[in-house]
Amino acid sequence: MTPIIQVQNLVKKYKKATSNAVDGISFSVNTGKFFSLLGPNGAGKTTTISILTTTLSKTSGTMEIAGFNVDKNPSEVRRSVGIIFQNPSLDLNLTAEENIRLHTILYGMYSFRPTFSLMPQEYKKRVFELSEVLGIKEDVFKPIKTFSGGMKRKLEIIRSLMHRPKVLFLDEPTIGLDPVSRKNLWEYLTSIRKSEKITIFLTTHYLEEAQDADHICIIKNGKIVSQGTPQKITSDLIDEYVVIDSPKKEQLRKELTQQKVLFKENGGFKITVKAKDVWKMIRSIDTPLSLVRTHTPTLEEAYLEIVERNETTNA
Amino acid sequence: MRELNAILTIAYRDFTKFLRDKPRIVISFIFPFIFIGVLGASLDANLSREVGYSFLVFTFSGVLAQTLFQSTASGIISLIEDRENDFSQEIFVSPISRYSIVLGKILGESLVAFAQVVGVFVFGFVIGIPLSLTQILTFLPIGLIVCLFGGAFGIMILGNLSNQRSANQLFPFIIFPQFFLSGVFSPISNLPWYLFLLSRISPMTYAVDMVRGFYYLGTPEYSKVVLMSPFWNLAVIGILFLIFLIVGTFMFVRNERNK
Repeated sequence: MTPIIQVQNLVKKYKKATSNAVDGISFSVNTGKFFSLLGPNGAGKTTTISILTTTLSKTSGTMEIAGFNVDKNPSEVRRSVGIIFQNPSLDLNLTAEENIRLHTILYGMYSFRPTFSLMPQEYKKRVFELSEVLGIKEDVFKPIKTFSGGMKRKLEIIRSLMHRPKVLFLDEPTIGLDPVSRKNLWEYLTSIRKSEKITIFLTTHYLEEAQDADHICIIKNGKIVSQGTPQKITSDLIDEYVVIDSPKKEQLRKELTQQKVLFKENGGFKITVKAKDVWKMIRSIDTPLSLVRTHTPTLEEAYLEIVERNETTNA
Repeated sequence: MRELNAILTIAYRDFTKFLRDKPRIVISFIFPFIFIGVLGASLDANLSREVGYSFLVFTFSGVLAQTLFQSTASGIISLIEDRENDFSQEIFVSPISRYSIVLGKILGESLVAFAQVVGVFVFGFVIGIPLSLTQILTFLPIGLIVCLFGGAFGIMILGNLSNQRSANQLFPFIIFPQFFLSGVFSPISNLPWYLFLLSRISPMTYAVDMVRGFYYLGTPEYSKVVLMSPFWNLAVIGILFLIFLIVGTFMFVRNERNK
């Protein structure tokens, strides 16, 4: 499969800054994949997205999106991507539909028409289709001053999909949304990812949102500190373990030692073992147990481990 | 074609915004009334006999040009407001030429300025300013040129500003002296050399004088009121328009991308 996004040695140094905001990162994303760029505040995530979407100049490096060089063919790149910005970028003086219409005309899909009724049938159909899926069909002709944060986000997603982009950039799309809106949004994003075969480029602080990503890149201070599938990142870093305990601690300790099982005692007995082997180990123990708790590491733990580890090496 | 549609839709957005902004509409109609009705009428009552032409008409023609020029120029500054509302991101990632963005904005603000000028005309009729059909029809293309010029001037200022606050502080400082230097209310046919110099580097001077040139064309007051040939004004405006537009857009885009 050919990569749809390719970034090589991207560097960005802001004017008057002493260090690089993005410091030589390279990665590639394959077509139709779900890619997530993670990192603490100020790591360089938004800077990277801004450069990839041509709204910010780079310092050095090469980038290609959908086969187009970002520096040489910015117009083609812009046409190939959709973006949900960190800060909502809607015109609050217009209605939802007017915002969408403005977008489609700017992207050269239709000729300028001053009213919705004069727009082609195809346009109307797609507006209704998308707004129905997102559940804002009734509000499409209302001024968006009255919209909630979740509705604005949904409107931006509809808008960004109107020109059928190949890559959808989402820069912290669920920031400030309540859990229900977040869940709705993700259900929708997952479904359009499948139906539109779109490549997704996500930055987020909610790590459970990145759990389903095909590939994750963690950056810190402008550098990549870890990358791979979420499973690989978590299993490389965090051990899977099981905690067991018994009312007869003495007997359990003796038995584990006899069986040459390595354990750590902190309240219970912490034993490093893969989840699939837990049952085998439990069966081999004769001492009656009062506690069996398996621990499967989450991406969040791995992330914290990576970010904090770097904290100490930097210090 | 694509670029033309983009220009039209950006212009339409601007005009829609104006129509939905009630306080702005009211304010934009009040100023010309004050300038012509209060300032013009009082100057007229006291000075017209001395100079040999009606000050009311003089102020009226000046305010026409000034309203168009200033309204378009200050409207362009709202591109900064868009940037602070993050809306400009949406326009700047779209696959259209940066000149289309600026031209669309200028066209939109020109429409807004024309809407305001309708009020000035109505007021002119009410107070009995002589207006022939030819004068009104000539005004349409001339007025549009003044708008485009004001818009290009606006983008030139904008290219050098970074935020709304500095815009709000600087803009009156740049526009206000031009009211007097360009002779909107006061005749500038006789000026000390330093004011003469300042008056000739004020872009608004050429806009005001051109509008007057066409308004007074063929009337006995022409030689007393008009300073330069309207065609000379037109040429100066054409050249300055291109310089302002190209340099202004270049600087504005550079400020947007190079941070």
